[in-house]
Amino acid sequence: MSRPRKAAEETLFRLLALYKPVPGVPDELLDADGRIRPVWQNFISHLSEHDPDMLRQMFSRGDAYLRNSGVFLRQYTEDRATERPWPLSHIPVLIDAKEWEDISGSLKQRADLLEAVAADLYGPNQLVADGALPGRLIAQSPEWIRSLVGVKPRGGYHLNFVAFEISRGPDGRWWVLNDRTQAPSGAGYALETRVATSRIFAEHYADAKVHRLSGFFSEFRTALLNMRTSQDAHVAILTPGPFSETYFEQSYIARYLGLLLVEGEDLTVQQGKVFVRTVSGLQPVDVLWRRLDTLYADPLELDEASQIGTAGLVGAVRRSNVSVVNALGAGILESRALLAFLPRISRRLAGKPLEIPNIATWWCGQPAEREHVVSRLENMLIGPALSTRQMFDPDESTIMGSQLRRQGVDFAKRLIDTEGELLVGQETVSFSTSPAWVGDALVPRPMSLRVFMVRTADGWCVMPGGFARIGIETNSNVLSMQAGSSVADVWIVSDEPVDTVTRLASGQAKAPRAKQGALPSKAAENLYWLARYMERAEGFTRLNRARHERLAEAASPQSPLLVHLTRYCTFIGLDTQVSIPPALEGTIRSALRAAESVRDRLSPDGWAAINQLSDRLDDALAHNVAPGDGAAQEMGVLLRQSSAFTGLLQDNMYRFTEWRFLSLGRSLERLMSLSSALASFLADDAPLGSLDLALEYADSSISHRRRYGFQPSRPSVAELTALDELNPRSLIFHLRELEMQMHPLADLMKADGSGELLGDCTALREAFEALSPEDIDSVYLAGFRNKVAAISDSLTRIFMS
Amino acid sequence: MLYDLKLSIAYRYGGMVLTGRHLLHLWPLDLPVVQSVTGQVLTVSPEPAERSGFRDFFGNWTSEVVFSEAHQRFEASLTARVERHMKPRPQLVSANLETMPNILSGIRNLTPDSPLHFLGTTPRIRPNFVLQDYVRDLVPLDASTRHVVHRLGERLHEEMTFDPSATSVDTRHEDAFAARKGVCQDFSHIMIAALRSVGIPSGYVSGCLRTEPPPGKPRLEGADAMHAWVRAWCGPELGWIEYDPTNACEVATNHIVIAYGRDYSDVSPVKGVLKSASGQAGSQAVDVVPVEQETQDAVLG
Repeated sequence: MSRPRKAAEETLFRLLALYKPVPGVPDELLDADGRIRPVWQNFISHLSEHDPDMLRQMFSRGDAYLRNSGVFLRQYTEDRATERPWPLSHIPVLIDAKEWEDISGSLKQRADLLEAVAADLYGPNQLVADGALPGRLIAQSPEWIRSLVGVKPRGGYHLNFVAFEISRGPDGRWWVLNDRTQAPSGAGYALETRVATSRIFAEHYADAKVHRLSGFFSEFRTALLNMRTSQDAHVAILTPGPFSETYFEQSYIARYLGLLLVEGEDLTVQQGKVFVRTVSGLQPVDVLWRRLDTLYADPLELDEASQIGTAGLVGAVRRSNVSVVNALGAGILESRALLAFLPRISRRLAGKPLEIPNIATWWCGQPAEREHVVSRLENMLIGPALSTRQMFDPDESTIMGSQLRRQGVDFAKRLIDTEGELLVGQETVSFSTSPAWVGDALVPRPMSLRVFMVRTADGWCVMPGGFARIGIETNSNVLSMQAGSSVADVWIVSDEPVDTVTRLASGQAKAPRAKQGALPSKAAENLYWLARYMERAEGFTRLNRARHERLAEAASPQSPLLVHLTRYCTFIGLDTQVSIPPALEGTIRSALRAAESVRDRLSPDGWAAINQLSDRLDDALAHNVAPGDGAAQEMGVLLRQSSAFTGLLQDNMYRFTEWRFLSLGRSLERLMSLSSALASFLADDAPLGSLDLALEYADSSISHRRRYGFQPSRPSVAELTALDELNPRSLIFHLRELEMQMHPLADLMKADGSGELLGDCTALREAFEALSPEDIDSVYLAGFRNKVAAISDSLTRIFMS
Repeated sequence: MLYDLKLSIAYRYGGMVLTGRHLLHLWPLDLPVVQSVTGQVLTVSPEPAERSGFRDFFGNWTSEVVFSEAHQRFEASLTARVERHMKPRPQLVSANLETMPNILSGIRNLTPDSPLHFLGTTPRIRPNFVLQDYVRDLVPLDASTRHVVHRLGERLHEEMTFDPSATSVDTRHEDAFAARKGVCQDFSHIMIAALRSVGIPSGYVSGCLRTEPPPGKPRLEGADAMHAWVRAWCGPELGWIEYDPTNACEVATNHIVIAYGRDYSDVSPVKGVLKSASGQAGSQAVDVVPVEQETQDAVLG
């Protein structure tokens, strides 16, 4: 018919030319006869309207979104953490809404079953008494927490937020590979992956009848807030900290849900209740969504070596003073060996078989099972029975039966014989395949899904979507993200139009409100130090630039000005032997670390800006910048990069307590570094050119020219950089700023000693205002710097410890 | 035997400590037939901001104390009157080593006394082949479990040197065994690991010893501080027996039980998180004195 249609058919042909599913392995896109399944038809015809170039452009929109949002995959190699771009597989996995309903229903049944098992393991232990679970297995598990036996969770449930890893087996039915009950991660990734993918297919997505995810998160937030016993208490997300593999996701979801993100040391238990230490004192915490494994949660009663827990948390749970999601101890349900017994437990407890089976598993602690595993070794994965990792995340502890050679087989058999109790055999499975874009065409790749669900007042609510792990080889039974697979969005496609209300707007009126306005002391400290490090880095950069400019211009490195400047640099710890002094590098790294710890409070742009600064620094370090002009230029670039970040911070942050700590940090650092630099450059014996240097350091050269003309004098420089209240770089400006920010803190926080601190600031400012330019000399400035340092010490003591 | 027990444990820090939270396992246990406790008082100084107590999984009385003010030392002292009875021991049969695996697979309970808790790896115990061979060299494969316990305990007592300077509270049992040196904690951990290595459920007992021996008997090793010994499960008929490898004897009326656990980590007398980098030094004083009673028969084990 028409040419466009013909063109589309041609692209479709090209698109699918390499799409050859493995015989006998179900494929999501094509049915057994090679026809496109109905649920994919609209999407595929949308794809076929674009040639590979256009598609590449579309895909890059998604990649750019993730990059700009700061979504990276953190990987651990040996002892180093590296971040690499989020491995987005651009083609979503499409699943028919009706099929999804079946999956959801069966997974709800499974979640209920797991809840019942947890209630029994921490209650009467009837499953063990009846022989449905071997007592030996439970007794050996480090995740069965004896101190919680007999302790009922306050809300009545052990599980409130769970995830399942599922895949489609050879017969087309879905299997559960693994249950995630400890501290399931990935819900935030699902959300980010959705945003990225919907940007790629923006024109199609709007009308594609794809279920939205926001409703799920709104339900989740409501569920968490409704677990409170008091409206005045916080719901907090308990993170293992910025070094956690999924810290980005935790901070992202904290920001998205508007909940407090805390680390173990932000919390304290008093009189059996949990509190968060904030700049305004202790505030009650009633609900914790923990992203931390049970054993780390309390060094007093759990793992003594944990440095990221809260001493006394188990005691608070025992007294029913806090709800923990999921309950401490719920990790036992992730033990691989449990999969061997769940089918029987389902019949016993629910009176029916599992609606969705789990991957066939045999515990080698029993003779018959041991024999079975040995006899079918080539179809088995053998691994630790109590491990909670999924078998498809293979590590050195997993043996793949199919890859064993002769001696290996003997070894495996002996191992099963002698240490059977500690081992399970799991049948290897093949995954269904789903399209991925490789080269310039679609190819089938193995796929598994992670499905999330939350317990609401009306029962389990399943996220209509999730994320899919996409393998790298067509014939793979290994799907590990660390091993290089990628992540795709999951679209649940309906016949009917879907509810497209986005974010948390729906039902805003009935949605409970989270308690606002708490700034944990540690977050305050990190913000404060972020500002100080950035300011310090700026000072270092300016000074280093000034020195290298002089170096480029000077006839001799022995010129009095250079000698003076070099001496001052050395005095403040700035190495002059190298173009980029280690102190500057260290300060920028420290700023980055501080920023990382408050990532939930920074905008994505701010995060991107500070990372660009750090990347630029890496580049500069790698390129061995030459001293003199080259180094000066490089300093100029770094200066502009760091201004971009501080500018974003200053402009975008809500003018509340957080911002005050940033502002305090900046002012205090500037007061200290500027007074110190002025003391050197305004000294009586300072060589010719020092006054220009002072102006340059205070970024006030142009203002000086406007007000006083070209020739600086000691009084004019002192007046402009110290006493001129209109100069945002002057000492007096920052003294006032300091007092202004301290006022509300002292008023509202009512912390011990904050009144005196405010008094000290006021006294310092008043004394300073009475000075004339002639009074600003080296001696005065040195004493002044010490007074500011004392204020800084008090501030840290009062608000941040 | 009726005893007056005095037990005090003190920590001194190198510097001021801002806060402290501790779990104390110091109360002697009330054990039907074997041990009864009256008049116990636990004093803690400085005065803690919070103090509470609960029974842990294994039934031990646990006190929790919280210090919220700066302190440089703290001390917990317990006094109690404890009566130890000689448990009547009819000729019960202990299970055969070879039949143990079958017996254990038939056990279907996880109550605190269940032998299933006391097998395999626990925080301080790692059964291993070295210890397995060590035990197998001592006894035939079909030995009775009680015989294994005695033989192993005697052998350890012969080979090991009691030496408080050789180990610390954190020493691994592998290292203590390699050096054949240590104190009651090391003797006990080695013996527990060895028993578990041949499949005998075994746990840790913390307690105290009678300070001065009855006339004509040697003083028991380890009487000046808190003591530790081993309990082993010898099959459904005999059940748990307690053995003190430091003194090579089965436990009778000279021992007072404070707490039962899988290893030291379950029952350490003072557990705590201290906000201090300045190091700490602990000291203990234990006094177990028989109460003068005219009718008292000194029954010795």
